[in-house]
Amino acid sequence: MSVSIQGLGHAYAELETISRLDLEVPSGGVVGLVGPSGCGKSTLLELTCGLREPSAGTIVVEAATAAPERLARCAFMPQRDALLPWYSALDNAALAPRNRGRRRGEARAEVAPLFAHFGLAGFERARPAELSGGMRQRVAFLRTLAAGKPVLALDEPFAALDAITRAEMQGWLAAALGEEPRTVVLVTHDVEEALYLSDRVAVLSPRPARIVAELPSPAPRAADRDAAVTAPEFVAAREEATQALKGAIA
Amino acid sequence: MRRWLLPALLLAALVGAWQIAASTGFLAEVLGLEEFLVPSPAEIASSLWESRSLLAENAWVTLKEILLGLGCALLIGVGFALLMHLSGLLRDAAYPLIVASQTVPIVVIAPILLVWLGYGIWPKVVVVALICFFPITVNVLAGLRSADPEALKMMRSLDASRRALLARVEIPGSLPSFFTGAKIAVVVAPIGAVFGEWVGGSSGLGHLILTDNAQLEVAREFAAVAVLSAMALVLIGLVALAERRVVAWR
Repeated sequence: MSVSIQGLGHAYAELETISRLDLEVPSGGVVGLVGPSGCGKSTLLELTCGLREPSAGTIVVEAATAAPERLARCAFMPQRDALLPWYSALDNAALAPRNRGRRRGEARAEVAPLFAHFGLAGFERARPAELSGGMRQRVAFLRTLAAGKPVLALDEPFAALDAITRAEMQGWLAAALGEEPRTVVLVTHDVEEALYLSDRVAVLSPRPARIVAELPSPAPRAADRDAAVTAPEFVAAREEATQALKGAIA
Repeated sequence: MRRWLLPALLLAALVGAWQIAASTGFLAEVLGLEEFLVPSPAEIASSLWESRSLLAENAWVTLKEILLGLGCALLIGVGFALLMHLSGLLRDAAYPLIVASQTVPIVVIAPILLVWLGYGIWPKVVVVALICFFPITVNVLAGLRSADPEALKMMRSLDASRRALLARVEIPGSLPSFFTGAKIAVVVAPIGAVFGEWVGGSSGLGHLILTDNAQLEVAREFAAVAVLSAMALVLIGLVALAERRVVAWR
């Protein structure tokens, strides 16, 4: 297992956010976490990455248990893109090598070849404010990927995009993960997005969060997204997941 | 165009009205004063020209006090804000005192500084620095603390050290606030310099205004005020120019 969470509990002072939660993600697997707003999905992601410490239970990421070591094995992509407005797209993408002490030129050279591959050729010197929403997300994902970590933690990566761009970006991310397989924990409030991008979808209950249902995806990251999400078995799985989500809220 | 033209037109209208009211003796009559005590803009302009070397000499003294004081305030203010940002202990201990210290009018400290530092340039420099320190420190600290928490998490998961967080996220993000503080400081610095000269000085525009007042040289007094305002305006313009170049991503 790449990520193994057992008996996880977390609380902000008096407020219990997560209670007795178990989750396993195999190496190279993609798990989607869906749940009602404010249920603790993002907290779970931050706990997994080592950005927070749990109050109970254990989290193992690639054999590491301590928070700083988990952090060294996870790349976190926050809600919204968190691109730094004072840097160019290229310098944003090159943050991880820069942080590791590489010189600016070396870090740029390392990530520059990925730009053409991610449909960003010619935008290396553009500032984030000059990019479209979809392009910003691609730069943010490139930045996450360039960290070269085995585990990617994606927190609602496409929540800020319009429906059409979001569908495009889902297809794009599916293809990108096909070429660069990583272990992925994906938080989203969109059941369809979770089912399409993940191998398996875990449905969380309202606070304190625990997993109330786990569903396999019928067509993880299929090449033709539009055909995949309208196939009868996908529609049935979406219905099942939605019912589980409604059941969790009720 | 509108940004410059409208204020310029209003200023011209006001000066024109003043010119007519003063040159016809109307203003002096309304105020119940001798005419030579109520100079017209034209008389002020001619006094400005006749006394140009005297005014320039004194303006240079005041400018030196302003620039040295501002320089000290920038160095100490930015440095102190950084220290308070990095040490929560120092911030909690010092910040309330810094705010409380603003209830002590700097002008009442000026005579004490005179006793301690003598009649040279330094008491004036210290008054300017004391006045400018507060807006710079408070704004830089607020700017450093306003960093996007999501961006900080992202950076931590991309192996950023404390120094990298400071250099790549917090300091660039604090620059707009820094310039806000610097603009306020530039506006209040001439007030500090003039007051320092009033308390004890033998040169500078503040000193000139005081002696002209005693000798009823009202036209030259106005001329000195005009020079002082022009100096402050140029300084604000320079700071705004620097802001536009440095904070280019906005």
